[in-house]
Amino acid sequence: MEDPVRASLDHCVKCTICETACPVAQVTPLFPGPKYEGPQAERFRQPGASADHSVDYCSGCGICSQVCPHGVKIAEINSRARAAYKAEVGAPLRDRVLARPGVTGPMGSPVAPVVNRVMANGPARWVLERAVGLHHSAPVPPYAPRSFQRWARSHRRGAGVHPDGRSVVYFHGCSTNWFEPDLGRMVVAVLERNGVQVRVPDQGCCGLPLQSNGLFEPARRTLRHLAHDLAAGGGDEPVVASSSSCGLMLKREGREILGLADEDLRAMGERTYDICEFLLDLHDQGALDTDFRRLPLRVLYHAPCQQRGHAMGTPALDLLRLVPGMEVVESAGGCCGIAGTYGLKKEKYGIAMAVGEPLFEQVRTGNPDVVACDGETCRWQITAASDHSSVHPVALLFWAYGLEL
Amino acid sequence: MQTIETEVLVIGGGATGVGVARDAALRGFATVLVERKDLAEGTTGRYHGLLHSGGRYAVKDPQAARECAAENGVLRRIAADCIEDTGGLFVTTPWDDVEFGDRFLAGCAATGVGVEEIEVGAALVREPALNPDIRRAFLVADASMDAWKLAWACARSAVEHGARVLTYHRVTEVLRNGDAVAGVVTVDVRTGVTLTVRAQVTVNATGAWAGQLAALAGCRPVDVVPGKGIMIAMNHRIVNTVLNRCTMPSDGDIIVPIRTVSVVGTTDSPVTDPDQLEVTQAEVDHMLDEGEKLVPGFRKARALRVWAGARPLFGAKEPGDEKTRDITRAHTLLDHRQRDGLDGFVTITGGKATTFRLMAEETMDLVARMASPGTDRPCRTATLPLPDSEPGAYYAVGSRLAQRERHLLDDQLVCECELVSRRDLTEALDRRPTANIDDIRRALRLGMGPCQGGFCTYRATGILHHQERLDQATANRALLDFLQERWKGLAPILYGDQLRQARLDDWLYQGLLDVEHLPAAAGAP
Repeated sequence: MEDPVRASLDHCVKCTICETACPVAQVTPLFPGPKYEGPQAERFRQPGASADHSVDYCSGCGICSQVCPHGVKIAEINSRARAAYKAEVGAPLRDRVLARPGVTGPMGSPVAPVVNRVMANGPARWVLERAVGLHHSAPVPPYAPRSFQRWARSHRRGAGVHPDGRSVVYFHGCSTNWFEPDLGRMVVAVLERNGVQVRVPDQGCCGLPLQSNGLFEPARRTLRHLAHDLAAGGGDEPVVASSSSCGLMLKREGREILGLADEDLRAMGERTYDICEFLLDLHDQGALDTDFRRLPLRVLYHAPCQQRGHAMGTPALDLLRLVPGMEVVESAGGCCGIAGTYGLKKEKYGIAMAVGEPLFEQVRTGNPDVVACDGETCRWQITAASDHSSVHPVALLFWAYGLEL
Repeated sequence: MQTIETEVLVIGGGATGVGVARDAALRGFATVLVERKDLAEGTTGRYHGLLHSGGRYAVKDPQAARECAAENGVLRRIAADCIEDTGGLFVTTPWDDVEFGDRFLAGCAATGVGVEEIEVGAALVREPALNPDIRRAFLVADASMDAWKLAWACARSAVEHGARVLTYHRVTEVLRNGDAVAGVVTVDVRTGVTLTVRAQVTVNATGAWAGQLAALAGCRPVDVVPGKGIMIAMNHRIVNTVLNRCTMPSDGDIIVPIRTVSVVGTTDSPVTDPDQLEVTQAEVDHMLDEGEKLVPGFRKARALRVWAGARPLFGAKEPGDEKTRDITRAHTLLDHRQRDGLDGFVTITGGKATTFRLMAEETMDLVARMASPGTDRPCRTATLPLPDSEPGAYYAVGSRLAQRERHLLDDQLVCECELVSRRDLTEALDRRPTANIDDIRRALRLGMGPCQGGFCTYRATGILHHQERLDQATANRALLDFLQERWKGLAPILYGDQLRQARLDDWLYQGLLDVEHLPAAAGAP
């Protein structure tokens, strides 16, 4: 039986809808577009003989697959082509380091003050750009002094949470652990506020940065390891993720892009929820505490590309609209450009900034009090490019509940 | 009326004809080739593209197997640029006799066909889409061969050595000089201009049409039965190795990965007229069902196009009274002086693309004895590589993509499916001025991909018109003719994805451009 992702190229009728929706192809001729890279170029590919390099300019946002009216797995085909290309020509050191936050995190966190000062230092960043190709202006967040997991290990279950009640496994992801532990604490607090018991098993990376950098073999190992960790000591309780892109790895991309056919991974994917999706489900069941205080904020909500890949609507938007006094506007779509590690790279930084410009312009002119966005790298990109603060939607719910860290 | 004189006249621009012309030119003969249409537009351009290892005939037709095995090695040396070294597998599916594999091995050993039985697991690793229930697998030196490229390379080589190649020259009369054939009268079907070609020896290399030409020459009937075979190109390479059923040759038992597609073939039924080859729904269904046995899910893949070719099979008595598949696939060379008392005329027919060079060699050995008795002009085609071919430098499916990647920023894509750029188009037209987009298709594969010309035909026509190569009415005619030609191969396979494509193309051409009401020149003859 032929691989279904590759076989999906047969559905392409060249309607070109994907090309008109691709944010990268619109700003650079270096990327000839998703139709070219996907159903077209794929007909010229065979194992072990990559003939194309332009596919490396695909940011992996996945919009092409979302808009294809015929079901061509364009982004998936392109990701695999990039992986095949990288497997043949090799990935640069920079990509191999950026792709492993689960390795760099434990190294950087203990020496956070030093690393953070270096990364915030202009001349040092220029040296880094010259040496390894990390763009000097790329948004790199500072390490937190204390990881989320360290906090979670000593965390006592919150008041009001019944031990026999609803329970979830929290998949916090690398960014929460090393850069934004406060977000993790807010997620736990919001869930506990709603009577949900939160288990936080020790866990590593989901493998997404490896995958998006074309390093499929380590990505597969990493994702399998994560699934194993999240399943440890538990039954089949829901897995809740606060990173929309990492959650998508568990839900779908591990199978569809990495080609993992593991039954336990499939089962875990089916019980994985984005945090906002989970909370909105609670609300639909009448189980969400909507006793929010008035929070008179003008919020611009931006759904990341990967969030749209969940095909779950915009639960964050629905939740934020429950908060009295909050004025929420949805961004006019578009990609912020960062696409995980893509926009950090010297040769792609300019492309990423050009891709995100319409969004940044909307932020600047709309001048909201805060930008809400489900993806961490998107938030860092938006803040760096528009000089407006950005938060995860759950942070706004946390404040609306009147909770404190 | 213009007349040209030559030593050797070759009639027919298929693989055999261009092979004879090249062989003749390399031996130093003044040579002219005439072809009624474009090169390789007949049987050569309508086969599945297999370079035989000989395995297919190892049990049934040892002579054909021997010839294929030898010529496979020769063509790999002289025509590597036209060949993709895919390798081939003969597999025993659940519908095939396991014991046949032993006869197959014995047949290969007896005929010099290289073969190695491999583990079923190894075959499945090599070709993951292959039916996992196969019971035996044999690796052979099958490959895929681009017949157009091959024919053009032979013609170019012939021209480089002094030959003239005249396409679109149809023979209207065979000239006689008593008991000898003295040449032919042709008409240029594009201009209506007649041309007489006088020759010492005339070679009838018209394949399935050999009987028709022999009748024009007025000799005893040459009994060539055109054997119709249909082939379906699937939208992409489902496999990268040629797949054969390990059984007696039968319908639909081979899948050839060639260029960007996988071709399943073929059928074999006698017909009376090689210009009238209809494809029936039942034949299409049969091919897809058989393809499913080699590759489960084959039926779900997208069929791109179907076509039929006419094999030149010599020796059957009358169409209908025996199955053409049982006629030998080896070729036949007729010396009409011995056969009919008609001097200066030989017919070469039968055979197959894989053995075209050998056929040409044997033909020219005979012709050389007739045209210049007593002199030694040995054949050089077995060792001299074709233009652009280097031994071992096989064609790779990714080569066009690699080339396209080098010109992303400085050249426009015209045919997106087959990655034909504006520069490719312009250069092809500079080499060979034509008002016929189908000629361009054979040279560049323009319009041969999934959309079957849906997006490139109007672009190519527009470019031709913009460059003032075609006036408006001729450009419109060229567009309509090409669309009509594409449609012929689509109608019998309109289901699923290709039906969806045809609807979109129809909206473009009928709905948006209203092509049927364009002011077009009169139809080409």
